Amino acid sequence: MELYSLPLIIALPFVAGLAATLLPSDSRAPATWLAGATTLASLALTLSLYPSVHGGGIVRQRFEWIPSLGLDFALRMDGFAWIFAALVSGIGLLVVVYTRYYISPEDPVRRFHLFFLAFMGSMLGVVLAGNLILLVVFWELTSIFSFLLIGYWHHNQTARDGARMALTITAIGGLALLSGVLVIGHIVGSYDLDTVLASGNAIRNHDLYVPALLLILLGTLTKSAQFPFQFWLPNAMTAPTPVSAFLHSATMVKAGVFLMARLWPVLSGTPEWFLIVGLAGMTSLVLGAYLAIFQQDLKGLLAYSTISHLGLITLLLSLGSPLAAVAAIFHMLNHATFKASLFMAAGIIDHETGTRDLRRLSGLFRYMPITGTLAMVASAAMAGVPLLNGFLSKEMFFAEAVETHADSWLDTAAPYAAVLGSALAVTYSIRLIHSIFLGVPSESFPREPHEPPFWMRFPVMLLVVACLVVGIIPGLTIGPFLQVAVSSVLGAATPQYSLAVWHGFTLPLAMSAIALAVGAVLYLFAGDYLERAESPLLFGRIQGQHIFERTMVAISWRGARLVEQVFGTKRLQPQMRLLVAAAVAAAATPLFASGLGFGSYSSGHDVAFAGLWGIGMVCAVAAAQRAKFHRLAALVLLGGTGLVTCLSFVWLSAPDLAATQLLVEIVTTVLILLGLRWLPKRSEALREPSGPLARARHFRDLVIAVVVGAGMAAMSYAVMTRKPPDTIAHFFIERAYSEGGGRNVVNVILVDFRGFDTLGEITVLGTVALTVFALLRRFRPAQDSIERPEQQRVQLSYDEAEPDRGAGATPTEYLYVPSVIMQWMFPVVIVLAAYLFLRGHDAPGGGFTAGVAMAAGFVLQYMAGGTVWVEDRLRILPVRWIGGGLVLAALTGATSIFVGDAFLTSYFRYVGLPLIGKIPMASATIFDLGVFGLVVGATVLMLIAIAHQSIRRLRAARLEEERQLVEERRQWS
Amino acid sequence: MELTLAIAIGVLTGSGVWLVLRPRTYQLVIGLSLLSYAVNLFIFSMGRLRVGAAPVLGADGSGNPADFADPVPQALVLTAIVIGFATTALLLVVLIAARGLTGSDHVDGRESR
Repeated sequence: MELYSLPLIIALPFVAGLAATLLPSDSRAPATWLAGATTLASLALTLSLYPSVHGGGIVRQRFEWIPSLGLDFALRMDGFAWIFAALVSGIGLLVVVYTRYYISPEDPVRRFHLFFLAFMGSMLGVVLAGNLILLVVFWELTSIFSFLLIGYWHHNQTARDGARMALTITAIGGLALLSGVLVIGHIVGSYDLDTVLASGNAIRNHDLYVPALLLILLGTLTKSAQFPFQFWLPNAMTAPTPVSAFLHSATMVKAGVFLMARLWPVLSGTPEWFLIVGLAGMTSLVLGAYLAIFQQDLKGLLAYSTISHLGLITLLLSLGSPLAAVAAIFHMLNHATFKASLFMAAGIIDHETGTRDLRRLSGLFRYMPITGTLAMVASAAMAGVPLLNGFLSKEMFFAEAVETHADSWLDTAAPYAAVLGSALAVTYSIRLIHSIFLGVPSESFPREPHEPPFWMRFPVMLLVVACLVVGIIPGLTIGPFLQVAVSSVLGAATPQYSLAVWHGFTLPLAMSAIALAVGAVLYLFAGDYLERAESPLLFGRIQGQHIFERTMVAISWRGARLVEQVFGTKRLQPQMRLLVAAAVAAAATPLFASGLGFGSYSSGHDVAFAGLWGIGMVCAVAAAQRAKFHRLAALVLLGGTGLVTCLSFVWLSAPDLAATQLLVEIVTTVLILLGLRWLPKRSEALREPSGPLARARHFRDLVIAVVVGAGMAAMSYAVMTRKPPDTIAHFFIERAYSEGGGRNVVNVILVDFRGFDTLGEITVLGTVALTVFALLRRFRPAQDSIERPEQQRVQLSYDEAEPDRGAGATPTEYLYVPSVIMQWMFPVVIVLAAYLFLRGHDAPGGGFTAGVAMAAGFVLQYMAGGTVWVEDRLRILPVRWIGGGLVLAALTGATSIFVGDAFLTSYFRYVGLPLIGKIPMASATIFDLGVFGLVVGATVLMLIAIAHQSIRRLRAARLEEERQLVEERRQWS
Repeated sequence: MELTLAIAIGVLTGSGVWLVLRPRTYQLVIGLSLLSYAVNLFIFSMGRLRVGAAPVLGADGSGNPADFADPVPQALVLTAIVIGFATTALLLVVLIAARGLTGSDHVDGRESR
């Protein structure tokens, strides 16, 4: 059981999140039950592991991921990870209960639970990862899911902006973190967390320590919203409140300090660490608290207070003393409890009154005394009032701030900053309680407020009770757990510490008293001013948000323009010339360096082959020359070159290629013919600008073309005349039959040996087909192409002039014999495709060829009967062919996983069938069937999508005609 | 045969490059098709030219690798042919859609000076 607990803790939320999407869209209750049961299961699994981590044990679980890169899916739970996993899943459970009452039935509940559970799974992944790369992967997942959660109400512009800013900042940090982790991996030689934690000295003494430190801190400080990256957090307050309660108390922002604490034994203790982390922490502590007192938005106040408290934790971690680390870990837990309860209380207030504006809220205690009491206790914990948990960790913080750790101004400033930050925390805590709950009840509530449902209040109550109990009897409650967490981080360096409430009259107690007094006095004098303040004093103008916006504009717009001015051209042709020139340079450089020699290998001479290519080359050059004015001729000539290519494949022992080339040639021609309809008319009379300049340009392009052509000819001749080296071909030829069960080696390579490549290729094919389809859905033809082509107009007017002929009679008549033949050919083409498919494994043929043949059969029917005729009789549904083919191919590959083999391992045996006898059956055949389906679907989809445009054009034209008729009638009447 | 095919690859590439440098979208479509023939033949020829040595094994499924043409470039080219069709279709659709939006079949969406 213990073996699978760790992966289950992480996997359950993801699976349940996906399952939530399958629920009916209006199901609040089932989704809540599902999410609640999942979080409860994760919590229970975590708790059940306590005996294993209790005595300093570590639970490990390792799966191979990419062993060649030293990358394992390694999970690792020690005491610190345990307490964090318990915190995440515990508060997650409370938030789920709370969400049930917070979220309105109109909101898409399933999406909320999908993102929420996935986020929780990612966060648990960060906590439990035993491999640094894996940790970064989960880290990035938390960034992505928090983006989706913050932008949950995406119809709201500020929510979108807030989400985008959070993602930009934390994802840049994540990228830096990845780089930092790679540097660490380079230093240590492993990404395994155990190994890294054991190599502290090696890392700190390495030359690359500072770069690695900077990169990792960039990751953690952005995530924890520490100065100077703090500004994304207040903007993320546009998220639904349960999201804020979860993300900004126990998770997301805690991931940063979590990682700093995790790597604390390895990275801390150096002057660089102290300076950077300390400065960031101290600034965030004071600045966050200072800005918090000016906030008018309740959640904004809590957001800045979060920045400040995380600054406190960061500052503690910077000090490098084990006792400070204990205080930091303790404060992480305490902050999570009181901040989560305060966010939930804020959500209740918002929910009940319809506003979060501190200026409008007043006297709420009368309406909701229980919630009011709970919020007061939580605020007191935030302010660090004795007998509450916040007081204990703050005392430890003061004690550490007073200690001298490093002889620098930063260390000297620490106690003053600590008292200042705490005093401001007292001020904003008092302000929160005073302006919301006390005073005269406001008349202008959008709604009449009352107490929320019991179960909405219940999570807040539970957390507040936790604050109280921990604050009063810390040793009996949190004590043992904290000890386990601390000793797993600090190991042998774990100091002696006391969690007692009363330490006697000490300097920290005096500092606490000063902070409480100063904070209260400050509120007494400045309270009214704060209530009216529009923007923070002094710092009102310096807003990180604006700097961010300006930077983004500079990068994404001005920078892009600059790059475009330097490298881009508004015209394609110069770019193509550059591209070709670069290709020539790339090929010519090595040739100049080592020379180009020809060998003497030859497969003989053949005049007929030379004659064949004589025709092929004439076709190619003529196509190049005709393409401008004679499009149809160019297409026919192109087809000529294609046929010669096809014949060369036959000649040169590549029957599969020949068959594919021939069939693709057919569908390509049909495709381009369909496209010709939408190109503008061009006659020789419409000449391009001529003159010496144009002639010079033509000559230059001709020279480029000749140089490239000659170069390619020389290179291919040089390669072809050398004796073939010992290639991997013999591997495939020797094993095609014994291991792949097929005699057509090319097909066995495609569907068996390199089946994964083929899977990728058919995916590309399907994607391209869907892109074509999507592009054409909103297709608007050019003005001069809307009208019917001239030929159709002539035929139509002739048919209409004759009384006994219906519209469209002429084309039906002159295509009568061909269309009957084409219709009769349909079953023949199906049989041909089946034949090509079935023989594919042993003889030339296979899924690709058969697929194109089948598609050609469908297209033939369109040509014979017209779009309307075919679609009345035949439902082709190419998108299903694509999806079905892809799923079939992927499933065939996946089946082998269940048997325990690698993805896409194929099986092969002879099966005896009555009457037919023994036939070979390879699972690769089923894979090939998937390829077949996808190729049919993709080809047909592309051709039909273009062909359909003609019908749509008619519809547009018909509407236009009807409009004109109406107008004429109006004029008559 | 080597010389013939080498010259053919050269001519196809040259014609293709010439067309790719032209201003009309249709020339681009034809040019890229010619280029893809050339590239396919080039990749195919990396396995050397063999006559009458298709990589299809005998009835008993055994064979001496020296008796067969190299199947690896053939497998590469086979999928390239099909994907080449798909990208031609994509290019064509992008071009006619661009023509619908800009009213011009110039590659820049507007006539040059």
